Amino acid sequence: MCQVDEDYNGQLDRDEVLSFSKKCVKCKEATAVLVIRAGDMFCSGCFKEYFVHKFRAMLGKNRIIFPGERVLLAVSGGPSSCSMLNQVQEGLSQNAHKKLRFIPGIVYIDEGGALGLSVEERQRTVDELQSMFKATGFPYHILPLEEVFDLPSSVLEESSPSSEQPDITYKAAVDHFIQTNRNCYLSPEKQADLTGLNIQESHTHSLQQIFGSIKTLTAKEDLLQTLRQHLLVHTARSKGYSKLMLGDNCTRLAVKLLASISLGRGAQLAIDTGFSDLRYGDIITVRPMRDYSAKEVSFYNHMYNVPSVFIPTLDTKTTDKASVLRLTESFVTKLQAHFPSTVSTIYRTSEKLQTIQPSPSSSTAHNWDKCLLCMCALDTNVVEKASAFQATLISELLSQRRASRPVDTASPTLRPEFQGPESTAAGGVGCERAACGGGCCSSVKAPESTELKSLLCYSCQLTIKDMSSADLLPQYILSEAQRRKRRSQMREEIREFLLDEDY
Amino acid sequence: MESPLPLQSLRVGGAELLFDGVKEHQVTLPSQSEPWDMKQLLVWIQRNLLKERPELFVQGDSVRPGILVLINDADWELMGELEYQLQDQDNVVFISTLHGG
Repeated sequence: MCQVDEDYNGQLDRDEVLSFSKKCVKCKEATAVLVIRAGDMFCSGCFKEYFVHKFRAMLGKNRIIFPGERVLLAVSGGPSSCSMLNQVQEGLSQNAHKKLRFIPGIVYIDEGGALGLSVEERQRTVDELQSMFKATGFPYHILPLEEVFDLPSSVLEESSPSSEQPDITYKAAVDHFIQTNRNCYLSPEKQADLTGLNIQESHTHSLQQIFGSIKTLTAKEDLLQTLRQHLLVHTARSKGYSKLMLGDNCTRLAVKLLASISLGRGAQLAIDTGFSDLRYGDIITVRPMRDYSAKEVSFYNHMYNVPSVFIPTLDTKTTDKASVLRLTESFVTKLQAHFPSTVSTIYRTSEKLQTIQPSPSSSTAHNWDKCLLCMCALDTNVVEKASAFQATLISELLSQRRASRPVDTASPTLRPEFQGPESTAAGGVGCERAACGGGCCSSVKAPESTELKSLLCYSCQLTIKDMSSADLLPQYILSEAQRRKRRSQMREEIREFLLDEDY
Repeated sequence: MESPLPLQSLRVGGAELLFDGVKEHQVTLPSQSEPWDMKQLLVWIQRNLLKERPELFVQGDSVRPGILVLINDADWELMGELEYQLQDQDNVVFISTLHGG
């Protein structure tokens, strides 16, 4: 609670501090041009120093990116990721104070197909970005979202981290790097010769069909994010990168955090918003911009002419209530306008969140414990009978029954089956089976979607439920779903013969 | 009666779709009896420049939260926000930090 008091005091002080032509709090000489937090005013020079330092400190402190490692920067064209690109560029330049030592590459995913933009519009954006990427001298990959239809189903498997130098410490790696291949990254890498987007029209059509089949913007945003993430990870894997950098800033993460809770992703919060994300095993996702507020990023980009491209997204020009994410964003920004520590308070909360890490051996072996879409640990296989999730399932079951049958016959059949899941100790699985046995699957809802459901976490279930048919999903998802299903059937069959600790 | 007030430039970043996709605007504010302040500028923008969905740019008598305002490249929070009196050749920039503009 003391934290809250502190923040509130800051807010009260604010009015006294505000007056014209204040001096920078750091150098106390130059005129301040920007208020970062309540009372903290910086001149442009000190702000630059602070901004640059923060980026390198973030990477230095976390010691996740090793020298000489290949890192893929996911650049969307927006202010945050462009700012990240700019920081990496500056950090690698010869005269940088604390030089960055990794080898970067850029990836941009063009989502125009999901938004229904014309090929010309998409090409124009791509051209603009391409000239920006060329200027950096880094290798770059520009992909249309349509490529998700060509993904192999292995994307959805967690690969174990490559075994090379598993035990080497960060410090040893740095020393080694400095001694041996100091100059390796100086040789300019060849940039990909990319003339334009290579879009298959039939894929654009399928993509639009998927998004057309989803009713709510919330689910659309969620699915887009999932597909994009799969494509990013696949690109990183196939092009030989071992880290993926995302440009999420602190404001964005605060919004994501609250929105995720509302969407039932509470169990996945820590890895969805943390600095590093190990869910894919071999490709580690990092979020180096998570210390910057959206305001800092925008000011920096404006002052130091960092180019960014305006690209419409799904929620462009929508109202505040269009989606859960949008509503949360408006809630947070409105609160932030009156209470300047809102974002940082939410952000600090997210830093404290942790997921209990299963031991490494079990986490790699048990692919079936992971959600098919978001690759997080499943939160739907809880055995606890009295959980809120079970209650929802039972209530869903009951209401489906009511709707599909005449009222008079409903009550007698309902009774024994209602007791069914309670008497079997199997919990969730029992419910599911009772549901199928009881004939609720006789509704038009294809068995595929029920089948898919058991492989998804709670939040992804909700998203898929919003689609009119799960069969529209790209093939790699469906075939992986079938494979997992077969696997679990097989496991069920040989269950008796398995040793306990294996199971 | 004050003479017309030319601004050096008025830019919108990230929210240009609401302004017909135009980022940079050359603006000369018409003459009026009292000096122009930011509050009046917002009303003027809403009447003359905004092409659609004004609620996505202006809320109440200020800008929508999440849109930053820079006056002569400085944070408007340092300049008195809505009360700031516009000068000849001022440079005003609006930057949207909201997702999707």
